[in-house]
Amino acid sequence: MNGPTRTASVHATRAVERSLAGRRHRSLAASVFLVYLLFSTLVGLVALFVLLFTILRDGLPYLDPTLLANAPSANPALAGARPAIIASVMIALVLIATALPIAIATAVYLEEFAPKDRWWIRLIELNIQNLAAIPSIIFGILGLAFLVRGLGLGPVLLAGALILGLQMLPTVIISAREALRAVPDSVRQGGMALGATRLQVVWREVLPAAIPGIATGSILGLSRAIGETAPLLMVGAATFVSYNPGLLTQYTVLPILIYQWIKLPQADFQGLAAAAIIVLLAILITMNGFAIWMRNRYERKW
Amino acid sequence: MDAPPTTTGTQPRGLQPETMAGASNESIELPMDQREVVFDCRELGVRYAGVRALRDVDLNIHRNTVTALIGPSGCGKSTFLRCLNRMNDLIPSAVVDGACLYHDEDLYGPQIDAIEVRKRIGMVFQKPNPFPKSIYDNVAFGPRVLGMKDGLDDRIEQALRRAALWDEVKDRLRQGALGLSGGQQQRLCIARALAVEPDVILMDEPCSALDPISTAAIEDLMTDLKSEYTVVIVTHNMQQAARVADMTAFFSVDQGETGTRCGVLIEVDSTEKIFTKPSNERTEAYVTGRFG
Amino acid sequence: MIGVLALCAVISILVTVGIVVALMVPSLEFFTEVSPAEFFTTAKWAPLFKPAAFGVLPLITGTLNTTFWACTICLPLGLGTAIYLSEYARPRARAVIKPVLEVLAGIPTVVLGYFALTFLTPLLRSLGWQVEIFNAFSAGIIIGVLLLPTVASLSEDAMKAVPSSLREGSFGLGANRFQVSTRVVVPAAISGIAASFVLAISRAIGETTIVLIAAGQLAHVSFMPGDSVETMTAFIAATGAGDVPVGSISYKTIFAVGLTLFVITLLLNIVAIRMVRRFREVYE
Repeated sequence: MNGPTRTASVHATRAVERSLAGRRHRSLAASVFLVYLLFSTLVGLVALFVLLFTILRDGLPYLDPTLLANAPSANPALAGARPAIIASVMIALVLIATALPIAIATAVYLEEFAPKDRWWIRLIELNIQNLAAIPSIIFGILGLAFLVRGLGLGPVLLAGALILGLQMLPTVIISAREALRAVPDSVRQGGMALGATRLQVVWREVLPAAIPGIATGSILGLSRAIGETAPLLMVGAATFVSYNPGLLTQYTVLPILIYQWIKLPQADFQGLAAAAIIVLLAILITMNGFAIWMRNRYERKW
Repeated sequence: MDAPPTTTGTQPRGLQPETMAGASNESIELPMDQREVVFDCRELGVRYAGVRALRDVDLNIHRNTVTALIGPSGCGKSTFLRCLNRMNDLIPSAVVDGACLYHDEDLYGPQIDAIEVRKRIGMVFQKPNPFPKSIYDNVAFGPRVLGMKDGLDDRIEQALRRAALWDEVKDRLRQGALGLSGGQQQRLCIARALAVEPDVILMDEPCSALDPISTAAIEDLMTDLKSEYTVVIVTHNMQQAARVADMTAFFSVDQGETGTRCGVLIEVDSTEKIFTKPSNERTEAYVTGRFG
Repeated sequence: MIGVLALCAVISILVTVGIVVALMVPSLEFFTEVSPAEFFTTAKWAPLFKPAAFGVLPLITGTLNTTFWACTICLPLGLGTAIYLSEYARPRARAVIKPVLEVLAGIPTVVLGYFALTFLTPLLRSLGWQVEIFNAFSAGIIIGVLLLPTVASLSEDAMKAVPSSLREGSFGLGANRFQVSTRVVVPAAISGIAASFVLAISRAIGETTIVLIAAGQLAHVSFMPGDSVETMTAFIAATGAGDVPVGSISYKTIFAVGLTLFVITLLLNIVAIRMVRRFREVYE
């Protein structure tokens, strides 16, 4: 290209003169950045892998029927976690019977019925957002002051369960509201157009449509409560319990038992702690896996 | 086109109005089909996740023309437009087949860098999409990421003048771009594309989100721009195609045996011919409003 | 029926009121016996000894020490993970990485405490760094690992909320992925990202079990990573779990420290909530 043609096509000449082949844009900065991103992502994955490996290595030799069948004991050879496992299951049942319905009812009210422009509704919403981020130990203080000492309930299983329930409320409310919000308005309008009341529509159309999302959030909330340690330390779960607990007896739960075993000096108890962790993780990963599976299974693109 | 005041040597080479005017007039005097071929597409097709969305497009796009792509929705006209600057690369499941030659170089050749392609072939989108930054930073974005840092202020002024926006924004270049009206935002996006001195400008329904007055301003702009650039525009508005385009390509949808829908190019010709005496009856049905 | 639902919504308000009352009443009694000046400005903490000393500064510096190390992990790496997931990862990679991170976020803190104490601390020592058995660094790093998925997930949400038209616009100008991420997406999502950072800091400050297990209970002012420190939360948990006589001054310290912790995290949470709100206003 020369002469008149060159002046005739400034742009085209420039474009054609230089190859379109890749050159400069893979800059050093871009490469360093990509390394940073990959490294960041790997840290989380590797940490989980190493964690699970360490727990299995330490705990598998101690994972035997004794651990599941026996009560805690000062003798590592005889020590088991049975009362703690039973207490954890009981707490889960109490949560399902108390905190879950309250949380779901709150979510339904806020999402379907509440006058959203009122200041007190906004206050409730802000309050829930904030409660979700309050340290769990603060809930422990609440339990200590009101349930254990104030009400004179003492360090019993019910007190622990109620505290975990209060702590679980905001998480479940928030996820249940998201599930309800995902149900399109056409479902509501369709029901209303047939003459159903708002309550009927919510009960028969909206809630069933939101059940998978609500269940997922509820299970994740439950599994967090089952794994919780700190607030229960405050309400007296850290006692030595060798019998099967009842609602109004003293109790210990798996995370607390693990915590106590970690603190003991004998190496065998470290191994027992790791074995109990395997039991705890097996329960939690089963629950979470089920929740994640259900979310993916029923995730509807409306 | 209002001539910008001549400034001294710091001005970016490609945007000097004198050179540009001289260059373009010469090309524009040629009949359309004798002008230099910018894009030469041969049996170009696209599949998304294995499903064919567009097939067998044979189309030449010439320099200093406005080429309009029209057709019913789902006919693949936007998909085709996005092949021309490899925007389809951003969709992981998209596969392009056939050949798309740009100045005789295959855009999808193994050595080709999509970023080099997009630098030369600018794009304006359906909805104005200014960055949540100042007006100045919006126009400066392209030059900055491409390392064209010399004479940035002049470059930005020239781009805004080309996009007929300079007079409206020259006193508030540092203010947020989101404060502009929809039509101004779209002209800002055009200025943003012009600031990197592209060869071609692709416009994907650039007026569909705008009011009639802003639309008229953008249409005037397109006519101005073709003296320096090659413009390809997708539009769902046939009147707009008739008003601004020199060449018009009509796309439509073919129904496959299995019920799959696939875009095809039906006919390409001068705009006048497409709208007055098209050679294909499907084109005629569409432009006369009996289909689509 | 709707009244019953509304009543349930009120319970959450009662919880907050209950927390405030539970913290305030004993704290006010505490501050009649110990002056706030002594509590907030002196640096000796020995509430259970005689003579007792009530300077909360060692607990605050202990908290800052572990929180700092947590932040060095969870903020940069959480953001990096978020950018990778939002801007770089292919759908298949996302489908693997996201559930794994969710599992990591769901690991109970007692398990992470065990990991810090029996894996990380011995590892540091075998590498030749003579940290104490209980040390701020191990606890902090593991808190950072715990919070990494939280930061990643919240920041990714913020970046996903940036309209894809902005990405297309910048790719269309010839920007590469690095430039699109750092010059368009991250700046546009910055307040959502900042909110995730603030929330992570708040949670690091409030984390209890990991520090209780791995950071020790030695209340002294130290910013050395290898030192044993006591955090506010560890003090509350250890003292609350012990047999402190109700009504004693030692018992009331739990609430005074709890109130301090509550106010700090409350302020951070409000900042985070406001940031998220501002972010939503821009894009919704």
